[in-house]
Amino acid sequence: MATIIVVTSGKGGVGKTTTSAAFAMGLALRGHRTAIIDFDVGLRNLDLIMGCERRVVYDFVNVINGEANLNQALIKDKRVDELYILPASQTRNKDALTSEGVNKVLSELFERGFEYIVCDSPAGIEHGAFIALYFADEALIVTNPEVSSVRDSDRILGILASKSRRAENGAEPIKEHLLVTRYDPSRVNSGDMLAMEDITDILGIPILGVIPECPSVLQASNSGVPVILEDSSRAGQAYTDIVGRFLGENLPHRFTTPEKRGFLKRLFR
Amino acid sequence: MRLLEYFRSSRRNTAAVAKERLQIVIAHERSEGSGRGYIQRLLPKLEQEILQVIRKYFQIEENQVTLQVEREGDYEVLELNVTLPD
Repeated sequence: MATIIVVTSGKGGVGKTTTSAAFAMGLALRGHRTAIIDFDVGLRNLDLIMGCERRVVYDFVNVINGEANLNQALIKDKRVDELYILPASQTRNKDALTSEGVNKVLSELFERGFEYIVCDSPAGIEHGAFIALYFADEALIVTNPEVSSVRDSDRILGILASKSRRAENGAEPIKEHLLVTRYDPSRVNSGDMLAMEDITDILGIPILGVIPECPSVLQASNSGVPVILEDSSRAGQAYTDIVGRFLGENLPHRFTTPEKRGFLKRLFR
Repeated sequence: MRLLEYFRSSRRNTAAVAKERLQIVIAHERSEGSGRGYIQRLLPKLEQEILQVIRKYFQIEENQVTLQVEREGDYEVLELNVTLPD
């Protein structure tokens, strides 16, 4: 049985797609057969982040409407075995994602032996976000250390707990994991930024990992490489840890204290 | 600039302000009951705290306090059962 993981946040621009791409790539690097689905119909971007934008022929909505089969639409990643991308449609709107249609695609992925299905949710709390989280078994809640993002994450937690398939069937609730992105430990130390502990306190869910503010995230997206492949970068290493923890490894948090800088540098930065 | 900031003692800790504001607004939004899910998530902690209060007065085991939410029409009913020792 495959595990369906939704990457969600409520607020836009906090790193859902970056996280989806890195996380799915990380699972595949560990040898797990993984599919990643872009639910942001009309605003397709996962293809760019994954670097496969020129290989999109058919998309998620084509498969739902029976205009293409899953084989035709799934794009196999060229860097790692076991990773497949199902892009969103750029020309339709989110209503094209029917619950029956999405369910059908997910079951077909189960049959093909996928172990993990990562659903990259659109921002907002409209239909697209609802359908992305509806079938989930686990959720990665991506949050910036910023008031608007934390509040929106709490709204999403409420929706996960009440509007998902698991909630409707009275099944075991979706397992929630907090992921804090764009974290700057030196600003946390000077009292300018919410600390990871503050955010877990407020939201009341366990933290899976912290991604430090890091120039490699933008650089990786510029070139269509999931940042986890930049294994010398701090963000890349933080995502590698997150995948390890998700798979049950006990890894201490890294990059959560300020980098050591010389006395003069600190004075004159 | 940094040197100046270092000596300026009146710097506000805005993160603490953010945390406090968030806790208030989120508690409010949760209590408005945007769905059953919020209440369900609060139950384990509420149960623990009720247990601690009752234990000030009676010796009881953890399983002697149960909390559950039931839906009756438009209302959600919070049911608390405490079994006291003989």
